[in-house]
Amino acid sequence: MFIAAAAALLISMLFALSRAFLGPSIYDRILSVNMFGTKTVLLIAVLGFMMGRPEFLDIAIVYALINFISIIGILRFFEYTHPPVVNSSEQNGESDS
Amino acid sequence: MNFMLDAISWFLLASGCFLCITGGLGLFRFPDFFTRMHAASITDSLGSGLIIVGLAFQTPGDWLVVAKLGFILVFIFFTSPTASHALAKAALHAGQKPWQKQT
Repeated sequence: MFIAAAAALLISMLFALSRAFLGPSIYDRILSVNMFGTKTVLLIAVLGFMMGRPEFLDIAIVYALINFISIIGILRFFEYTHPPVVNSSEQNGESDS
Repeated sequence: MNFMLDAISWFLLASGCFLCITGGLGLFRFPDFFTRMHAASITDSLGSGLIIVGLAFQTPGDWLVVAKLGFILVFIFFTSPTASHALAKAALHAGQKPWQKQT
């Protein structure tokens, strides 16, 4: 049963990786990396249960923490190198950019 | 009793994995960034939630394992929507246009 769960997680990680390579914009890539990280957390937990080693859950907790921080860090980084396209957002009346 | 717990955990794991695969497929096939974000955040919140609860049913006796799984569950439930919101705001802020139907 755990093998099936691990296989399913690997398949969805493959989808995320393929979207990371194909993704036209940067934000597609960040999104797929975020999903890949969350799936890694689950894979570590499932593998920990499969091999009967409960210590893997500590690794999964640390990985979840780091994954979140890295996503926010990447977004903070790209917010400054990609200036907001302010003029076009005013044209079609977006309320707050 | 033991069989019942295994059945419940197997069902939760199966549905969680189904959600993960469909979310991944949605992330791969959807036309626009914001629709892909919808697909990806489904798997992040509900898919992983189901899998973790399914794992928690495996060892009901060991309270430490269940506590760690509970912490992972709570943490993912808080951070996954936050990260998705930050990503959507950054994308919208940078002028990423939502996809309209070609009329």
